[in-house]
Amino acid sequence: MVLCAELSSTVGDIELELSLQVAAGRCLALAGPSGAGKTTILRLIAGTATPERGRVLSREQVWLDTERRIDTPPEGRRCGYVFQDYALFPHLCAWRNVAYGLGDLPRSQRRARALELLERLGLAGRADARPATLSGGERQRVALARALARRGDVLLLDEPLSALDAGTRAAATHTVLEVLRETEAPVILVTHDFADAALLGDEVAVIDRGRVVQQGTASSLAATPGSAFVANFTGAVVLTGIARPAADGLTTVALDGGGEVSTAAAGPSTGPVSVSVYPWEIVLEPLDAVAGGSAQNRLPAQVVSVTSVGNRVRVGLQASQPLIAEITQPAARELGLTVGSRIIASWKATATRLTES
Amino acid sequence: MTRRARPGSGTPWFAVALGVSLAVVLGFLVLPVLAIFVNTSPARLVASLGESESIEALKLSLETTVIAIVIIVIVGTPAAFLLATRSFPGKSIVLTLVELPLVLPPAVAGIGLLAALGPDGLLGGALGDAHIQLVLQTAGVVVALVFVASPFYLRQAQTAFASIDRSYMDASRTLGAGQAQTFIRVAIPLARSGVIAGVALAWGRALGEFGATLMFAGSFQGITQTVPLAIYDRFATDFPSALALSAILVIVSASLLLAVKLLCRGEALSGAVR
Repeated sequence: MVLCAELSSTVGDIELELSLQVAAGRCLALAGPSGAGKTTILRLIAGTATPERGRVLSREQVWLDTERRIDTPPEGRRCGYVFQDYALFPHLCAWRNVAYGLGDLPRSQRRARALELLERLGLAGRADARPATLSGGERQRVALARALARRGDVLLLDEPLSALDAGTRAAATHTVLEVLRETEAPVILVTHDFADAALLGDEVAVIDRGRVVQQGTASSLAATPGSAFVANFTGAVVLTGIARPAADGLTTVALDGGGEVSTAAAGPSTGPVSVSVYPWEIVLEPLDAVAGGSAQNRLPAQVVSVTSVGNRVRVGLQASQPLIAEITQPAARELGLTVGSRIIASWKATATRLTES
Repeated sequence: MTRRARPGSGTPWFAVALGVSLAVVLGFLVLPVLAIFVNTSPARLVASLGESESIEALKLSLETTVIAIVIIVIVGTPAAFLLATRSFPGKSIVLTLVELPLVLPPAVAGIGLLAALGPDGLLGGALGDAHIQLVLQTAGVVVALVFVASPFYLRQAQTAFASIDRSYMDASRTLGAGQAQTFIRVAIPLARSGVIAGVALAWGRALGEFGATLMFAGSFQGITQTVPLAIYDRFATDFPSALALSAILVIVSASLLLAVKLLCRGEALSGAVR
């Protein structure tokens, strides 16, 4: 492993306690709600904060070892760091911001190298602009160029997409993916959005209150969430209830508030549990539809909201517990969905994950 | 007439009260300044500028205040940065000590300086051995000015440094700049407008300094007699001349204040900060 970090520290009311490894050219996405300690983790690796106990190793160089009293200052750690909101120096124009990280080069070569980096990110024309006059997407690219200028042994990205409006996100995502593909350093990326983590990270570590609660590929996290927290964070609908074993190796869950669902998932088969299902796995049918399909779980529900998101429609439902279904525009038109209409929400027992409550 | 409040009735009594309050404040503050100019004919002003005594006092005031400000900025800026960015045990005590000269009467400041740096003072012997004489010397004026004016600068600069977003400093460090380089290349430019405002305040205070200078350095024409001391000197004997010199001091101080405001505004317009 090229980057190893074992960190243990109390920050505010969070007890940070985790261990991370990232291989060269790989991107580990730290995903979790705000206040989980994600930015603190990046700070501890970059050296702008020091943990109570911990070790950080990069390419066999010891950056931090509290036991051996080694604590290399940030300027000695070679980290490319894209800050949340980018932290571009407001008093310097774009190319000077980039050149700030080129202290190793002779003065005469810095401008040319900075322009080269800006050009690589498609910003050559804005080299003389101050950050205040740049758009959000342009700022993000200057910040990336500046972080790359450092030619770090590690690349740290703190919410590289969250400061952008929906219009520039697609292009900015593409830029970040390009940078990730080309970089040979290990990358740690922080995001509060599971979809961003899934898109940008080779692996995702879900962080909650300073700890890694589950780590794996995005698809494995979504398929087998280890807890209701992870299920909820990955965007699944989470329902709570009491489990009991059923025939054919299935588990039946009596939902709090009424109704029952079956699941084929392995997990606790008795006691209080959470079941989860993804919104795009929920099928909506009219009330009078004949139950002839393979979906085992059918809950009558009332539509409480209908929201278009791109080419999809998110339908808020109230059954015994709230649900969200995601369907296509034509499907929504065919069903004639309006707020207040009553329908059946159904999904397969095999699409129902089961975790301890 | 009823004195009961009638909410929502649109009675503008509160707005009127606010306006009256501002008018009283403004009138009270502007009247004495206005009176100086009303009582001084332009001819008298020009004539005063022709007197060698006035010129000497003005020159001495500018000289000593500029030297004092340079010392305050060079020594005080790193100190203000430290106070703004680090926490250490006893910091609130240090802050209080630094601000103490703000509330000291100038006479107390003068006595304190004499007791510390005078010939019989705490450090008097050491200074004497080094052949440094401050009392009744121009250097003594500078010492008095630094003492009374530096807290104004320190407070402003400290606030300016403290309001810099931490991520700018962190970014500088991760980009390979050490602490000193970060201070010079990021902290100072970002704190610029606050630092300039601090210079203006301290300079204004130094230009008007009277009590501590009089007690510590005396009032010798051409050596320690700055403009405020010259005004006081003439006040009993030649009131019109004191008035004219006062008018000159008002003009110098006002242009200083104005220049700083323009400097800060120009910076804000160019979008240099945030």
